Amino acid sequence: MLNQSLKLNTKIFNDDVEKISTRQGFGEGLLQAGIENENIVALCADLTDSTKVNIFADKFPNRFKQIGIAEQSMASVASGMAAMGKIPFIASYAVFNPGRNWEQIRTTICYNNQPVKIIGSHTGVTVGPDGGSHQALEDIALTRVLPNMVVISPCDSIEAKKATIACSKTKEPTYIRLTRHNTPVITTTDTPFEIGKAQTVFIPESGLATVGIIATGHLLYKAIIAARELEKNGIRVKVINLSTIKPLDTDAIITLARETKAIVTVEEHQINGGMGSACAECIAQNYPVPIEFIGVKNLFGQSGTPDELLEHYELGTSHIIAAVEKILKRKTRI
Amino acid sequence: MENLTPEKIKELKIKANNIRISIIEMLSEAGSGHTAGALGMADIFTFLYFHALKHDPKRPEWHLRDRLILSNGHICSVLYATMAHCGYFEVEELKTLRKLGSRLQGHPHREFLPFLETSSGPLGEGLSQSVGMAIADKMGDDNKTIYCLTGDGELDEGQNWEAIMFAAKEKLNNLIVFVDRNNIQIDGNTEDIMPLENLPKKWESFNWNVIEIDGHNFREIFEAISKAKLEKNKPSVIISHTIPGCGVKEFENNYHWHGVPPNKEQAEKAIEELKTLGNKIINTQQ
Repeated sequence: MLNQSLKLNTKIFNDDVEKISTRQGFGEGLLQAGIENENIVALCADLTDSTKVNIFADKFPNRFKQIGIAEQSMASVASGMAAMGKIPFIASYAVFNPGRNWEQIRTTICYNNQPVKIIGSHTGVTVGPDGGSHQALEDIALTRVLPNMVVISPCDSIEAKKATIACSKTKEPTYIRLTRHNTPVITTTDTPFEIGKAQTVFIPESGLATVGIIATGHLLYKAIIAARELEKNGIRVKVINLSTIKPLDTDAIITLARETKAIVTVEEHQINGGMGSACAECIAQNYPVPIEFIGVKNLFGQSGTPDELLEHYELGTSHIIAAVEKILKRKTRI
Repeated sequence: MENLTPEKIKELKIKANNIRISIIEMLSEAGSGHTAGALGMADIFTFLYFHALKHDPKRPEWHLRDRLILSNGHICSVLYATMAHCGYFEVEELKTLRKLGSRLQGHPHREFLPFLETSSGPLGEGLSQSVGMAIADKMGDDNKTIYCLTGDGELDEGQNWEAIMFAAKEKLNNLIVFVDRNNIQIDGNTEDIMPLENLPKKWESFNWNVIEIDGHNFREIFEAISKAKLEKNKPSVIISHTIPGCGVKEFENNYHWHGVPPNKEQAEKAIEELKTLGNKIINTQQ
């Protein structure tokens, strides 16, 4: 059942659950952060509307810089502005930011430890018809490997807004991973949010859980739906929302591994180097238990509708349920 | 910027010579590093730190200071030596260059040496950062000059041209770029590796104020900065023709010296040569 101490959206299981993109939440959050702090500036590489930076740019035209299609320079320009006391948000599609400009982010932002906030929109296969070239599936790996970097992958638009506002108040370089398409609203404005804190959003009605699911991004919704199905079949599941991937909430992960002794990770990213890998590093070092990974299996995406692609790449509810059933068998063999 | 008197020029020549001696000493002691570009830029660094920059070595965090960004971080021995001679830290510390735990990293890292405006080394990134600083200055006080120093070889990097377009768009007349036009890079001469000419016309066509100088002539450096500061609508680039390895005949104009240090014997010979030149200047003064 839903952990209602977190004040989650009570309409989450309705067919007409509200759907809003995380990029929209970011855009609203940036506006709010900009109203609160005049040092916040935004830069964009010719994708102002589709990254939703336009919401900030319309309100604060003098604090917005259009860089043109030049993501590499954008990262370093932002570093220079941060060195002068600004808090720059740089936005583009994640394939280009932090993809194209990774080394500029490494050297001029992370090595310098400047508070630049990197906004990567259009992650995952759910980008849809644009095809694999534009579907970032590597960005978590690229960013979590960088010292000083904070990596956040919000589960819905409300959390994206909170993450944007929260990171505008920190000194760390931060990456926020966003999606293009509209996804179910899981949380509410009353749901607590803290960078670095995982939340247990689904708990067994009674007793200890036998499987732990750790999800990040909008696939948290599918993980919750899967958990509800499993619960009906008598399988006790806990689901964690791991929206901050770095720094990792190791306490929450180790506690879950200790309780369930079987973990399934869920993300719309390559399995290689992603959130599941981060969890596996933690679990292997602290409390080794079997892990199944839901993610993209060393493949590029392609054109299609978001729902078709999630099924094709085995990222749907049925795949999460299958992974849980598989890990329960692995667990009993140990 | 104060007027440049003949007495000040003599003083700057002596300073530059002492800085060159420090560069040879520190590179030889380190056993690795980049000799040619550092010696070639010694006059421009000397002029900037001892005449042009608004700064205070005793208050390195003074927020109204001008900013100096070294993009081609591999010539950092000239930056460290000039800062030390200027009073940012003891000249003695130069001997720690490239050693474990040293504040003087092989390429500049501001987490180690906080007096630096940025870390650098990976090429082609300093100009964008300088543009960011110039924009931030314009959003606020608009009373600083941002100086960016780049190599010529690093203009191969496409990121520079992204920044060059953007700086012109933003009319950053508070930005002055020095290009060290010494015609060498690691693998050979710039025009063989990747031709840059017609370099002044390239910058002009991107709508920059372009000035060309002899990078070893203090009067020309002074006049170029003065002219750049009068510019109202454009960023300025000062294409500075320099002699790589300048000051030591054996090192001059030879790309072999781009990325290697002198050994002990070569260093002693070079220092002897530089000291003689120094004496000449002192004798002229007397």
